[in-house]
Amino acid sequence: MSDFARAASPVAARRRTTGRGWTAAAWGALGILAVAVIWELYKFLGPADGVTIGATPGETGSGVMILPRTHDRAMPHIWTMVARLFEPTSGGATPPLVVTVAQAAVVTLGMAAVGWLIGVAVGMLLGLVMQRWKLLEWGLLPWIVVSQIVPLIAFAPVVNAIGNQIDRSGTPWPQWLSVAVIASYLAFFPVAIGVLRGLEAPDRIHVDLMRSYAAGYWATLFRLRLPASVPHLLPALRLAAANAVLGAVVAEVSIGMRGGIGRMLIQLAGQASSDPAAPWGPMFGSIVLGLIAAGSVALIGFGLKNYRRGEATA
Amino acid sequence: MSTAVVPGSRMPSWLRVVAPIVVGLLILAAWTLYVEFGDAPRMLPSPIAIGQEFVLRWGIIWDDMVVTASNALIGLTVGAILAVVLAGLAASAKPIDGMLAPLVAALAVIPIVAITPILNTMFGASSQFGRQAVATIAAFIPVFINVLRGLRQTRPVHRDVLRASAASGAQTFRMLTLPTAVPYLMTGLRVASSLAVIAALVAEYFGGPADGIGTSIATYAKSGRAALAWAYVGGGILIGLVFFLVTAFLERLVTRHAPG
Amino acid sequence: MTTATTTPASTLAVQATGVGKVFPTKAGDVTALTGVELEVRAGEFVSLIGPSGCGKSTLLRLIADLDEATTGELTIFGKPARRARIDQDYGIAFQQAGLLPWRTVAANIGLPLELHKVPKAQREARVAELAELVGLTEFIDRYPDQLSGGMQQRVAIARALAASPKLLLMDEPFGALDEMTREYLQGELTRIAAETGAAVVFVTHSIPEAVFLSDRVVVMSPRPGRITDVVETGLGSVRDESLRENPAYFEKVTAVREALHGAKVERANER
Repeated sequence: MSDFARAASPVAARRRTTGRGWTAAAWGALGILAVAVIWELYKFLGPADGVTIGATPGETGSGVMILPRTHDRAMPHIWTMVARLFEPTSGGATPPLVVTVAQAAVVTLGMAAVGWLIGVAVGMLLGLVMQRWKLLEWGLLPWIVVSQIVPLIAFAPVVNAIGNQIDRSGTPWPQWLSVAVIASYLAFFPVAIGVLRGLEAPDRIHVDLMRSYAAGYWATLFRLRLPASVPHLLPALRLAAANAVLGAVVAEVSIGMRGGIGRMLIQLAGQASSDPAAPWGPMFGSIVLGLIAAGSVALIGFGLKNYRRGEATA
Repeated sequence: MSTAVVPGSRMPSWLRVVAPIVVGLLILAAWTLYVEFGDAPRMLPSPIAIGQEFVLRWGIIWDDMVVTASNALIGLTVGAILAVVLAGLAASAKPIDGMLAPLVAALAVIPIVAITPILNTMFGASSQFGRQAVATIAAFIPVFINVLRGLRQTRPVHRDVLRASAASGAQTFRMLTLPTAVPYLMTGLRVASSLAVIAALVAEYFGGPADGIGTSIATYAKSGRAALAWAYVGGGILIGLVFFLVTAFLERLVTRHAPG
Repeated sequence: MTTATTTPASTLAVQATGVGKVFPTKAGDVTALTGVELEVRAGEFVSLIGPSGCGKSTLLRLIADLDEATTGELTIFGKPARRARIDQDYGIAFQQAGLLPWRTVAANIGLPLELHKVPKAQREARVAELAELVGLTEFIDRYPDQLSGGMQQRVAIARALAASPKLLLMDEPFGALDEMTREYLQGELTRIAAETGAAVVFVTHSIPEAVFLSDRVVVMSPRPGRITDVVETGLGSVRDESLRENPAYFEKVTAVREALHGAKVERANER
């Protein structure tokens, strides 16, 4: 079951070829450009009411729309979206949209970071104890896998309510902490699996070698298992960062917390019929947010590159 | 399956089945006790109350399960097909790989559900399309990454064997590249199945028609019918479990004689 | 079965004239092989021996058209190597058996035939025949992961023989096996080579193996890879276990060792 690492590491592997970094960036820019061109091209050529298949004539809302409507309210021009970023957020003397989006993104990023830290700590602990005691792995691992099927919106209100209880009872528990805890629910999973797989990654001969030195659990852990787990750990940490951002955005929406980017997105989407380009602001914001979160974790990888020498390239 | 030999401890294999059951019962017991005797918020009913609601309201829960499950299934299917096609293109043409790689890497780390409101504007609020599209993207990413990886996993000795047998490009693809990639496809599908369900469900929180598991959870949680909301959560878990078990089973079938 | 049988016996199985191979690397070009002159007669068993990096595997890959020679000319039964590969004039086996893990033994042996659209009935008959030849008839429905290393290698040899080639190329096929299995398969290989009348080019780094199997042992040396000596064994066509005790055999082992030693001393001086 090395499949989790299988699913997560190729991006990391590709990033290491720094010599070709610039060409890769150029190709990437070309890819983004291609998406933009397709958007505008479709907007220009496509029918205003979209393409619907299986519709009953005269009956609105029947059939399945497979291509979107192209009028300006549904699909704004890319330049409109960009221009909107520099117009006031909600008319009058309010700051430009881009500033508001950045502020909201910072709020969400902060909550995601705390959620990431909690998730990494919990995930590491779970991974360590599961590797140490096989019985715990057998007992816990199936539930850890199942836990990710439980939609986090289910217990988001519960966490929020418990947080309020604690807050009322005297210990301060701000609402953002609830969001962070909910975000950590998505973040801990890849770390727990990654640590477990990583700690079991050392070659048999290395484990035997440590045994022959009569090295105990802790010595084996620090000299062998932890260093050997790095190639599994880094993609797990990056995935955890992406999950923490997703968790924070969803948590904001489901407990109705103000100030973050998720809430802002919902709010502006509600006004989309009068201001269609506005929701694209927070959407771009959330893209940047995800990239920043994953990118900062990728930086950790540079510091640990000596532990990644044996890593297979995709 | 080898019997797990843990140095210093020899545990009977029945523990493998019993251990998770014991843990599950412990969780349920702790939960029940917390609700009955602890200071649990009203949002968290006891498992017994949830079970009762689940049985009682099975009819309406089932209807919403169908909505969410079919959105997830459409997303999983379309996403997987798209992923296989694009991964095939990326594996065969460097420029396409160069353009797709950073896009997919970016797509993998952005909160995709955030685009639901925008999709709803593009396709109309009465359409399930936004949810299906979000599920599609969620499913696409792990399948794409795994298949692309799998398509590059052919061993040099196998490539030499095929070349020495004067196999054509198409034959090499059919006899070597494809079979090598299939286990990776299945792994990708397994990861994608849970993601598609979660994405379809969470996307319902971001607007769209008033049906589906996610919408119901939100509605009943807001109106204070916590037990019913949680019964819907149970329905969501059931969908996820079915998706996961089916894909995990398929993966098992396929990886039997694969290396690694 | 294929066009290979129509080739006149007088034609050389392999003819290399001035063959060289240069690999471009980041640190500059590396000459893997230079000035190789080699002739392998039809039905002849020739071993290539030498230390790591002497280009013996490279030479085999050039003959198989798995890589292309940078200089010189290489013909197989009078045809360019590429043509010979497409016509399936040779069969090849590697150090790793290289069996496709999702195919049964039968499907692995039949792979080259399937690729060249041999009708199913004919294919099955041939696979049965080959399984018999390598002694794996009972294992025909097994998967590779259910076989020992020696058995996997026998499947690989059967696969190499599938198209009834008149030339067998083998790249350290017994290199990863234990000594007992190795000696057993060496005996089997001489028998199979004699039965099929195929010429064999055999890469190895084991002196006794080279002498036991070959009519001629080609000694190679590294930096740059080249042929330094050729030892005729003259041990006749009967290769059985008694040969391993034969003084003539020991003599040839010594001769090859000395030929290699020269190369070794020379290499030590280079450093």
